[in-house]
Amino acid sequence: MSTATLEPRVRASRNYLNADYGWKSWLFTVDHKRIALLYLVSITFFFMIGGSFAVLMRINLTEPQGALVQPETYNKLFTLHGIVMVWFFLIPSIPAVLGNFLVPLMVGSRDLAFPKLNLLSWYIFIVGGLFTLYSAIAGGVDTGWTFYTPYSSMYTNTQVTAVAIGVFITGFSSILTGLNFIVTIHKMRAPGLTWFRMPLFLWSMYATSIILVLATPVLAITLVLIALEHLFHVGIFSPGLGGDPLLFQHLFWFYSHPAVYIMILPAMGVVSEIIPCFARKRIFGYKIVAFSSVAIAVLGFLVWGHHMFVTGQSVYAGLIFSLLSFLIAIPSAIKVFNWTSTLYKGSISYEAPMLYAMGFIGLFTMGGLTGLFLASLATDVHLNGTYFIVAHFHYIMVGGAVMGYLGGIHFWWPKISGRKYPNGWAALAAAIIFIGFNLTFFPQFILGYLGMPRRYAFYPAEFQVLNVMSSAGATVLGVGYLIPLVYLIWSMRYGPIAEPNPWGATGLEWKTSSPPPTENFAEIPVVTEEAYAYAAEEAAGD
Amino acid sequence: MQSLPFQPEQASSIAKSVDQLYFFLTAVTLFFTALIFSIIFYFMIKYRRRSPNERPKAIEGSFPLEVLWTAIPTLIVAMIFVWGSVLYFRNSEAPKGSMEIFVTGKQWMWKVEHPEGQREINELHVPLGRPVKLTMTSEDVIHDFFVPAFRVKKDVLPGRYTSLWFSATKVGTFHLFCAQYCGAFHAGMIGSIIVQQPDEYERWLAGGVPGESMEQAGAKVFEASGCPTCHLADGTGLGPSLLGVYGQPVKLTTGQTITADDAYVRQHILNPKATTVFGYHPIMPSFQGQLTEEQLNNLVAYIRALGKATPAPKEAGKQ
Repeated sequence: MSTATLEPRVRASRNYLNADYGWKSWLFTVDHKRIALLYLVSITFFFMIGGSFAVLMRINLTEPQGALVQPETYNKLFTLHGIVMVWFFLIPSIPAVLGNFLVPLMVGSRDLAFPKLNLLSWYIFIVGGLFTLYSAIAGGVDTGWTFYTPYSSMYTNTQVTAVAIGVFITGFSSILTGLNFIVTIHKMRAPGLTWFRMPLFLWSMYATSIILVLATPVLAITLVLIALEHLFHVGIFSPGLGGDPLLFQHLFWFYSHPAVYIMILPAMGVVSEIIPCFARKRIFGYKIVAFSSVAIAVLGFLVWGHHMFVTGQSVYAGLIFSLLSFLIAIPSAIKVFNWTSTLYKGSISYEAPMLYAMGFIGLFTMGGLTGLFLASLATDVHLNGTYFIVAHFHYIMVGGAVMGYLGGIHFWWPKISGRKYPNGWAALAAAIIFIGFNLTFFPQFILGYLGMPRRYAFYPAEFQVLNVMSSAGATVLGVGYLIPLVYLIWSMRYGPIAEPNPWGATGLEWKTSSPPPTENFAEIPVVTEEAYAYAAEEAAGD
Repeated sequence: MQSLPFQPEQASSIAKSVDQLYFFLTAVTLFFTALIFSIIFYFMIKYRRRSPNERPKAIEGSFPLEVLWTAIPTLIVAMIFVWGSVLYFRNSEAPKGSMEIFVTGKQWMWKVEHPEGQREINELHVPLGRPVKLTMTSEDVIHDFFVPAFRVKKDVLPGRYTSLWFSATKVGTFHLFCAQYCGAFHAGMIGSIIVQQPDEYERWLAGGVPGESMEQAGAKVFEASGCPTCHLADGTGLGPSLLGVYGQPVKLTTGQTITADDAYVRQHILNPKATTVFGYHPIMPSFQGQLTEEQLNNLVAYIRALGKATPAPKEAGKQ
């Protein structure tokens, strides 16, 4: 009954949520935790928008001739679905929400290195997002999120420039966030928090930030070049103007392949926090898991050519890119084996975050293994540009990254909101999402192998059965995503008050109250032990 | 709704070998997915928390295990890499003596020209069992020539040639898809590959409207564009003779030696100054924008024929 006396005290205390009131206190805040919430609200909004595009697409594909919209509209739907989900949901998801909230707490500092820059990056994000939404309202864009030239630069008459400007602007938000994390992790770690005592989430944020800072400028330059050709007919990508149509793909994938790791590395970091906590076990092979994040970040820059095996690039280039793509599979495999081994002789409980983490491992494993089909030259020739690709990258980016994001939201929700959510509902949602996801995307592997190309607004009738199965699965998945939205919002007002460390987790973020005070820690903590000291806690007591 | 197939038809000489690798990859995927899933389920049940105060002993990790599960995936992916690459390399060059057909993609149709002069739109007739090499280009954006039943696919690019070959092993009609998004009616850029018995194919060829062959059409373009003014057959003109040049190495003023293939011929017609032949002055004008894709294809067919017709006096280009 000691908690009964504890609760009112925690609740009454000043924290970052009740430190100040009114819209100004939010829109002009420099508190990393409040900025994280600004991002949370913004990207949830974009997720709903991107998701609604997907719903319309799946409805359209239930009939071979297209059940709902004209082909032009369908093309705009998949383009905006990709653009919104990639740049306005997935890339900012874990870094900008959980990373913003947790990096200072985990390193034991009062804020990020550059709090005002942090607020600026949210504003930049919003301006970029508004540009993109404007383009959607002003007629949309139909180039695919990949903007392949010369279609995008010379042939489409949709709003390419507005979208390119939107994505270009948003890129600066990514760069500033990455920069902020790198400096914070280098310079602001609490006394005693050496590199190898850092939680793996910080390692993955560090690796992600390096990619954000190094790769995003390439995307920005590429988009500027498209706009130059589109508006002023400067010959860069269009052969009619003396340009090279494949140059664009090299530049684009030099950014966009690492961007996949911007999405998946943070999710790996989240899972590396959740599993030790709910197995009450040190992570198996800490250094190997940490270094494999760095290895993935570095190798990720060297594999872009595997998107171009059928473009007519040299067979020798194809060979090198194939080999490097296989190599990058290895650190990912190592991580999966280490997470699994962490469970060995643990004390495992099945709270919702753990279920999401297990779901992540399952879907990521399938997504990773199906990547081998595409790294291998002979099979890629058949599967490239089909639904097999669509299924594969959704297993990684939705099955992996979104599962990790939701796992992280559920894990740190008591810290973020100071409230608990109903675990039963959360577990149910995790199960529905896992099942719905597989129902949606597994049939697409078969569709792709059978030869159905992606980005088809209508299709030969023989593909209908699998398309209907996929659309039916998407209904389940959609319901799965809506449930957490309901109970998490509900919990903010009605959820039971969370204690500072409801899961009995290690890590500095759990050593302060829930929700934390604006200054994070009354006194800067001193770190004396390694990460994930779950066994040692016995002596310390709760 | 039809019944549910799980494998596309195998209708080309390479389809079976690609599928074998595909099935091996599927087996690897199923095995490791099953392995990871069962280990996780086993651990989750066996090591479930039995009392709230349980504090299991820490395990640091295990170096031998890390080596083991680095080595095993490395070996497996190395094997897949070699397998996939060997297949790809073996299939990357069309066999000698392949039938040559030109394909031009444009929003949103496929145009086919047979050397004999027959033209088709969204259809491609080929004989059973004979290797067919397609030389492809696009009039506008990037398209992609994809025949699932043949397991072949290659992008079709504006401003350059790409090529692809197959040898059909089944009589029938097969889907030709555009697999690179190309605009509003991308999904409608679908054609058929019609594989016929050789005698049937001959009848089809003969039954077409008798027109001039691509070579003949190319000769006309060659004349009309003024090419023979410089490219004299005996090699005494301002430009080299084109007899026997096709398929042979050509030395350039840059010191480079390249093979006079389709891509070179095309590039040279459109942007001659970049690849002036050693011993000649860079005086050839560019024909960029003056020839249609069809005329270019015909010219290439004609220059190919010149290459085969007479062995050239090799010294011609060496002055």
